[in-house]
Amino acid sequence: MKKTKLVLVGNGMAGVRTIEELLKLAPDHYDITVFGAEPHGNYNRILLSPVLAGEMKLPEIMLNDLDWYRDNGITLHAGKKIDKIDRIRRKVIADDGTEEDYDRLLLATGSLPFMPPIPGRDLPGVLAYRDIADTEAMIEAAQAHRRAVVIGGGLLGLEAANGLKLRGMEVTVVHLADWLMERQLDRVAADMLQASLEARGLAFLLGKQTEALVQGESGRVCAVRMKDGLEIPADLVVVAAGIRPNTALAEAAGLHCNRGIVVNDTLQTFDPRIYAVGECVAHRGVAYGLVAPLFEQGKVAANHLANFGIARYSGSTVSTKLKVTGIDVFSAGDFTGSDSTEEIVLHDRTGGVYKKLVIENERIVGAVLYGDTADSAWYFQLMRDGKDIGDIRDHLMFGRNHIGDVGHQGKSNAAALPDSFEVCGCNGVCKGAIVKAIKEKGLFSLDDVRKHTKASSSCGSCTGLVEQILASTVGGAYQQSDAKTKPVCGCTERTHEEVRRAIREHRLLSIADAMRFMEWRTPDGCATCRPALNYYLLSTWPHEAQDDPQSRFINERAHANIQKDGTFSVVPRMWGGLTTPDELRRIANVAEKYAIPTVKVTGGQRIDLLGIRKADLPGVWADLGMPSGHAYGKSIRTVKTCVGSEHCRFGTQQSMSMGVALEKMLYGMGSPHKVKLAVSGCPRNCAEAGIKDVGVIGVDSGWEIYVAGNGGIKTEVAQFLCKLKTREEAMEVTAAFLQLYREEGWYLERTVHYVQRVGLDRVKQAVVEDLEKRRALHARLLYALKDYEDPWQAAVEQPAVRREFEPIEV
Amino acid sequence: MTTALAEMKTAAEWKTICALEEIPRLGSRVVKSAAGDIAVFRSADDAVFALHDKCPHKGGPLSQGIVHDRQVACPLHGWKIGLEDGHAAAPDVGCTKPFAVKVEDGLVLLKV
Ligand code: SRM
Ligand SMILES: Cc1cc2nc3c(=O)[nH]c(=O)nc-3n(C[C@H](O)[C@H](O)[C@H](O)COP(=O)(O)OP(=O)(O)OC[C@H]3O[C@@H](n4cnc5c(N)ncnc54)[C@H](O)[C@@H]3O)c2cc1C
Ligand code: SF4
Ligand code: FES
Repeated sequence: MKKTKLVLVGNGMAGVRTIEELLKLAPDHYDITVFGAEPHGNYNRILLSPVLAGEMKLPEIMLNDLDWYRDNGITLHAGKKIDKIDRIRRKVIADDGTEEDYDRLLLATGSLPFMPPIPGRDLPGVLAYRDIADTEAMIEAAQAHRRAVVIGGGLLGLEAANGLKLRGMEVTVVHLADWLMERQLDRVAADMLQASLEARGLAFLLGKQTEALVQGESGRVCAVRMKDGLEIPADLVVVAAGIRPNTALAEAAGLHCNRGIVVNDTLQTFDPRIYAVGECVAHRGVAYGLVAPLFEQGKVAANHLANFGIARYSGSTVSTKLKVTGIDVFSAGDFTGSDSTEEIVLHDRTGGVYKKLVIENERIVGAVLYGDTADSAWYFQLMRDGKDIGDIRDHLMFGRNHIGDVGHQGKSNAAALPDSFEVCGCNGVCKGAIVKAIKEKGLFSLDDVRKHTKASSSCGSCTGLVEQILASTVGGAYQQSDAKTKPVCGCTERTHEEVRRAIREHRLLSIADAMRFMEWRTPDGCATCRPALNYYLLSTWPHEAQDDPQSRFINERAHANIQKDGTFSVVPRMWGGLTTPDELRRIANVAEKYAIPTVKVTGGQRIDLLGIRKADLPGVWADLGMPSGHAYGKSIRTVKTCVGSEHCRFGTQQSMSMGVALEKMLYGMGSPHKVKLAVSGCPRNCAEAGIKDVGVIGVDSGWEIYVAGNGGIKTEVAQFLCKLKTREEAMEVTAAFLQLYREEGWYLERTVHYVQRVGLDRVKQAVVEDLEKRRALHARLLYALKDYEDPWQAAVEQPAVRREFEPIEV
Repeated sequence: MTTALAEMKTAAEWKTICALEEIPRLGSRVVKSAAGDIAVFRSADDAVFALHDKCPHKGGPLSQGIVHDRQVACPLHGWKIGLEDGHAAAPDVGCTKPFAVKVEDGLVLLKV
């Protein structure tokens, strides 16, 4: 069968990214041909600046070399410009006469540098800054000439000026506005930026309009003349006065254009066979000049080209970062503000730090950061999500890491770190290695960096640092991942929320059903989605959905924790941290009988037996005669207790028996992530209830409940939920909270992140204020946990289950 | 139903190890042999594969991983290893040794 023909015009970042996304979705659907006016494969245009600055070489910035096209069966016509689209006969015609038919056409012609209509702009020695040819011409000019003038003090102009300076030229930047980057920065930040660029030897002429470029005796440009008569000598003039969407081809073909090729939310032009993406496009009246939105567009266009037809592009919020090594500037949104906005400002002139957040109705609507951009990703996320910042206002300025992550020496400012700094403490990855991978492999997102370097792929505590390194290396092209719109994994387009909803609304009861119904792209999913699906099925339809042991991580399948050498650890349950001489004796006997190398008291108030061979597990369990402590599961772990009023002279409540009662109530509870509780008998809080998923503190008049604390990677203090008079009420609220989390949490989301996502108010409403809801949640939890069978006992008693633990000898 | 795999150089012979039914679908069993531990996997469509039970990364027991399609995700750090050839999926690099294995009359035979 003849394949449908897709032709791409414009072999640049947006177009080729769309093809890559398309190949992921429908690798065999199209016969693909690409035309590119430039004689190269697809390269990373934003890294032209480091090339100009001498920090990188051209081969390093290739994203798709010629092999890539060949390996994917794509015909590439590099160096051929399309002159005409014949929409009636559905073909494109290149400047050398090459013709190609299409069934679908994708336009990604980018933009053209804007050349103001000043006399002399065609003189030799006058350049724009857009592509490899321009960059090479600048590098060449820097070798032969001395004085450069850059017209335009925006992002591009400054990066050009910085590069030329580093190549040894004397550089003056002429700018029309009164301060640099006036479209991204306010005056204060711009002045600070100017001062640090001046310190590097750049000169500036602000508020100046260029009148003409003057020709020298050699025929080459020799000076730039201003409106006010001032004339400055120049052997090289770089015009960086803005860009215009490149729409000539589309316009000539009669496609509707208005400051860009007009497209709808599916990136379709007015001709339904023709799609357009990238800087050449006007979407809802906006043409973008940064990479991040183009990638989003590419994803949506690919989705439609693949005939999936479900994605929509609704515009992008963009942010800017200047890529001048050693200078940190960030800007996003409305940074000037208006009558209805207010500002939070931190300005440390000596320290070279300036931060301004523009707030409207308790939401961040704009930000300018200079000198310390460590929290740019966080502010940008808060801004895009429209998050209410009322609660965190007082420490907003001090950044997300105000309460620090552990494991990387509390450092939070990536730009200032040396290459040898160990960013990821779990995998031993240094800053230099991350930067190198980002540049050489053309990485744009956190996921990509994780895959290629392993940095932040384990405990995740260095995620913020890695994001910053990414942002400062690729500038605004950094693609922020947005958990809310991110698919569960590569096997599906659906988000966690959508998967949960489908399982609930369509009563899906098995993994196979769920995958079939939601049109999973892979036959059996993967190690990311299967455990998530299994949890969603079981938590939505308890006693009805089928559990699939093969979709559980080995720890849950073997009911023990796998160790680095492939042996396992066993943690028997000790309700509320209490044990008996008899239990201790049995533990001692087991440890001797099975020659268990390590016996340790855990941080969860119980005993861990480490280094057990898998084949010995059933025997160990049988001899222990104690139930599983689930130290391995996405489930209830421990309820820590202090001695409480049973013994303590300060105790106000019986915390031990409360802890045991809670642990027994919750026994066997599976959850999106692990769940830990603690009960203290008085506010001295010896059980550390302030950093638990649920912390219960006894006071003279009753029980205080705290939720969503976390003592792990990033210490998070639990938030006060409510105070209750009786033990029964406290247990009911605890159960209701955990059931809400079970029903709404996303797989691998701890309570702290769940509550951050949905807001404490919503939780309070459901489990404290609305009594009926509280009772219903409580009842649903008890129903789900009814008849729970200890997994260790099952493994001991049932031969079919025991097989998992038996090796075969040959 | 034979799955052809790399030929062994030593004098290996086919040995019956268990019934196909005794390996769960998308699961595995461990075979202890003179050549070390061997993980025998069964795919959703009842094909069988055998690999040296040692991840090329840091020696994790692949038999304990999650199996999907023609891959297993190592339980220790999540590398994905191809069941057919033992190669790690890009961008990771490494390889573990495959063994010949087949199903005859509902019995799994391994060449060791
Ligand atoms: C055994 C124990 C250390 C000890 O000897 O004390 C332990 C051992 C492990 N912890 Fe832990 N944690 C142990 C108490 C804790 C505590 C303290 C506590 O529970 O009071 C914390 C901080 C409290 C918290 O979770 O909020 C803790 C925070 C973590 C984290 C970070 C979780 C987070 O959301 O930040 C991980 C990683 C994860 O779960 O993804 C982790 C993961 C692990 C794993 C399971 C790593 C793994 O995936 O293999 C370790 C298993 C070792 C093994 O093979 O047995 N462990 N871990 C403790 C068992 C307690 C128990 O009796 O069940
Ligand atoms: C020096 C520099 C630094 C930058 N820094 C950043 C940054 O830090 N962050 C950021 O987000 N963005 C940055 N950008 C902007 C970013 O590079 C662009 O947003 C992005 O490249 C646009 O992608 P595109 O595919 O739409 O256009 P392009 O990448 O320009 O690709 C369009 C391609 O189409 C070709 N073409 C045009 N017409 C035809 C035709 N008729 N026939 C055949 N081929 C044709 C062109 O030759 C070109 O190769 C920078 C740009 C430059 C120049
Ligand atoms: S027990 Fe916990 S803190 Fe210790 S090494 Fe393992 S995961 Fe890290
Ligand atoms: S040992 Fe297998 S992934 Fe590390």
